[in-house]
Amino acid sequence: MPITKQDVEKIAELAHLELTEEEKEQFTVQLAAILAYVEKLNELDTADVPPMAHAGRDERADYAQRDDVVGEGLGSELALANAPDPARGYFRVPKVIEEG
Amino acid sequence: MEIIGLTIDRLHGALRTRATSVTEVCRRTLERIEALDPRLGAFLIVNRDQALRRAEELDRDLARGEPLRPLTGVPVAIKDNICTRGLRTTCASKILSNFIPPYHATAVERMLEAGALIIGKTNCDEFAMGSSNENSAFGVVRNPWNAERVPGGSSGGSGAAVAADLCVVALGSDTGGSVRLPAAFCGVVGLKPTYGRVSRYGLVAYGSSLDQIGPITKTVADAARVLRVIAGRDPRDSTSSNHPVPDYPAALAGELKGVRLGVPREYFGPGLDEEVRAAVWQAIHRFADLGAEIVEVQLPHTEYAIACYYIIATAEASSNLARYDGVRYGYRALGAKTLREMYRRTRNEGFGAEVKRRIMLGTYVLSAGYYDAYYLKALKVRTLIERDFREAFTRCDLIVGPTSPTVAFRLGEKTADPLAMYLSDIYTIMANLAGIPAISIPVGLSREGLPIGLQLHARHFEEATLLRAAHAYERAFPFSHKPPL
Repeated sequence: MPITKQDVEKIAELAHLELTEEEKEQFTVQLAAILAYVEKLNELDTADVPPMAHAGRDERADYAQRDDVVGEGLGSELALANAPDPARGYFRVPKVIEEG
Repeated sequence: MEIIGLTIDRLHGALRTRATSVTEVCRRTLERIEALDPRLGAFLIVNRDQALRRAEELDRDLARGEPLRPLTGVPVAIKDNICTRGLRTTCASKILSNFIPPYHATAVERMLEAGALIIGKTNCDEFAMGSSNENSAFGVVRNPWNAERVPGGSSGGSGAAVAADLCVVALGSDTGGSVRLPAAFCGVVGLKPTYGRVSRYGLVAYGSSLDQIGPITKTVADAARVLRVIAGRDPRDSTSSNHPVPDYPAALAGELKGVRLGVPREYFGPGLDEEVRAAVWQAIHRFADLGAEIVEVQLPHTEYAIACYYIIATAEASSNLARYDGVRYGYRALGAKTLREMYRRTRNEGFGAEVKRRIMLGTYVLSAGYYDAYYLKALKVRTLIERDFREAFTRCDLIVGPTSPTVAFRLGEKTADPLAMYLSDIYTIMANLAGIPAISIPVGLSREGLPIGLQLHARHFEEATLLRAAHAYERAFPFSHKPPL
């Protein structure tokens, strides 16, 4: 199925990206080419093949989980050290509730 | 004495006999970076003052009679998508241009405990997305062998820094070949460990089911030594494995006799440059001369790997990169009236074109109505690729082939065509999809004087076998060329 500029606009919205007109045009062409290429996978019959969600399935990997114990966190000072707009121990952001 | 260009062993020999000091090594390395890096662009930040202070501390330790640790005084460069406490870590992205990590990645912490000297952070493709290092927000890296060529990506700065002797060892990350491709293009050694072998804690996530940190070094022995330091279980990464860490340097001894080397015909098909093909075949014959048994194997799903990879990697990326929203760290667009506007403008101004393209692709393949057709389909094909390797490894111990279909290409050659760029990864992404270890070693130069890389794959957690074979080759046929700097 070919991808349209409207599709690109919808995906950009889902991904929280605000694309310029030029980017929309460019991505429409480029994503269409990439998607046409990945159609190749449909040559394969995978009806009886289980999906592999993780590369660590090897039986020797032994991914034992650790115990759920409380450890030390960063603390609020360090956690806020990189914040663009910290205020009184919080991350300050623009208005969350939109009008209309 | 000349301390530039030494391997870890030789450097330690010189430190042991007091022929040099860590401070001298550090100073000479910093001088060389100052002299050469302006035209290479390998470093995003040079850790000058901290490195010198640490060098003096290490010298004091040695003067007090403290024994050398595995990496004492070794100048290392760290790819800029691996967190270093107090040292800016940008992922070569505008969106993290001012990020100072409050913690070290586990691999970095372990290298520091082993005595390493962090000399700086290296340039890379933005968020490790690219095969040429041209997607960095802070400029391209030039290949030390030829300034008009790319160093490979995404760990291009790490590859160039090791090749140009601006450090002894560099860490890179490898999601689809990002350690091995720069190693091949720059004429050095690059190792991608088994998925789960090295903790990913502190490695900025791109494709979490594919990402691994790996060393770029001058020799296989150095790679073994670094892996020994950074490998092993880390409670902070639930995908890090409890599988015991062997003494990789000790495992290098031994011969190739009886080792079955599988040659997959799919790795020698159309698209492979003739010079690369010839050099890799010559190396395979040399492996046979050293006692390896050459067997033909098949990896029939190789031709589907790129399609499979670019669905899975971008899907994971779209999820991982959702965290860059201008709230907790990094860049924030100013003047937005609402939170949503702030998110969108921050991300649009903060991310470069390739990162946006991959977020878009990943969002699309995960979105309602397309999930089964693309993402789930790719996960199933991933199973088929992993089965290919399991089947092949019943008949051989290692799989050999080229690292890349070509030598280093020209800057700008593939930037207009994302798909052409993706095809550079054709031989490297298979290992990431299957989760197995792989190494790239230099085996020759093209007529134009550009390095050619050979790749070996092993079964899960058989890095020792991989390193032993690569080391045997390197010992018998050392790659002694140096870039014309």
